[in-house]
Amino acid sequence: MNRVMVGMADMNITKDPGVLITLGLGSCVGICLYDPTSKVAGMAHCMLPDSTQIMNNDNLAKFVDTAIIRLINDMGRAGANKRAIVAKLAGGAQMFAFNSTNDSMRIGDRNVDASIKILKELNIPIKSMDVRENYGRTIELHTSTGILNIKTIGKGTKEI
Amino acid sequence: MFRNINQLNDLHFDVLKEIANIGVGNAIGALSELISTQVKMTVPEVKFLKFNEVGSILGGDEVIVFGVLVNIHGDINGMMMFLLRPEAARTLVNSMLEGMGLGESDCLDEFNEMELSALEEIGNILCSSYLGAMSRFINKSAKPFPPVLARDMAAAILSVPAIEFSKMSDGVLFIDTVFETQEKNASGIFLLVPDFDSFGTILSALGVA
Repeated sequence: MNRVMVGMADMNITKDPGVLITLGLGSCVGICLYDPTSKVAGMAHCMLPDSTQIMNNDNLAKFVDTAIIRLINDMGRAGANKRAIVAKLAGGAQMFAFNSTNDSMRIGDRNVDASIKILKELNIPIKSMDVRENYGRTIELHTSTGILNIKTIGKGTKEI
Repeated sequence: MFRNINQLNDLHFDVLKEIANIGVGNAIGALSELISTQVKMTVPEVKFLKFNEVGSILGGDEVIVFGVLVNIHGDINGMMMFLLRPEAARTLVNSMLEGMGLGESDCLDEFNEMELSALEEIGNILCSSYLGAMSRFINKSAKPFPPVLARDMAAAILSVPAIEFSKMSDGVLFIDTVFETQEKNASGIFLLVPDFDSFGTILSALGVA
């Protein structure tokens, strides 16, 4: 089985049998894509919602908008049926409980909002989400089932 | 005016190290007083780490850490973080509460309300002294907002400063200093994360922009 790590501002795909893993997802959003017909899976660990707002935007995996499109294309090349792809989202936490509307403190929310918007535009259904709140998450996407495992510190584990 | 963090040269790094030296020196003085113990510090290191390496500065992505975050406003904007492992948090909190005649505990998994607020206050004092010293040295204002404490996986906590950096570079510049108390082994890390423009301001103030 392939165990594929996905770091911050990184993305990866794997074929079955495999698992994609991101450790300690905080305010970044983990975008998980899965084609149940070919069992090809992809995961992106994005830091910012919108590449068009940033000058230095060469790293496609850093931004929600560019990462999703790149991930779909990479999955297609690996044999996924693009029309069958479904999504799961995790992360986008607000790690520090600031009582403020400060934009940079709300970055987790904005990452989640951007992911939902772009997936909707691309007609990719979001099957489930474990997002926002105020805690970190380690996530594992399994190609055999499409299940996303989520581990936390003190908030339990779950499968979505 | 430099446009990219990746362009920082050795001179810039030396200047940032010197600022960290002054800032941490002051913070350590405040900490020594607070816990009535001598505290040593290492020479600050300025490191440019790729995003996927940031967890390594605390011993791994999933290691549990405490982080106190202080947002900075004034001529210098950005954030400052003080990070430590639960063992060190326990040592500092016990030292502080002992001095006040309050009980201590060995537990690393549970910190009660009072202990957490003591820890937040320790982070606040450290960050404020650091910023005060830096601010006097470069003659630019850098005022702290109230501190906020979080306990979670290292990578999740560090995602907050990393995201700030991600707007301007493909890695994180850590100005990192380890301190140790003499009898009781406790170490922690300071991270100063000025925003992009403030980097320019700091370097200009010292004539190396």
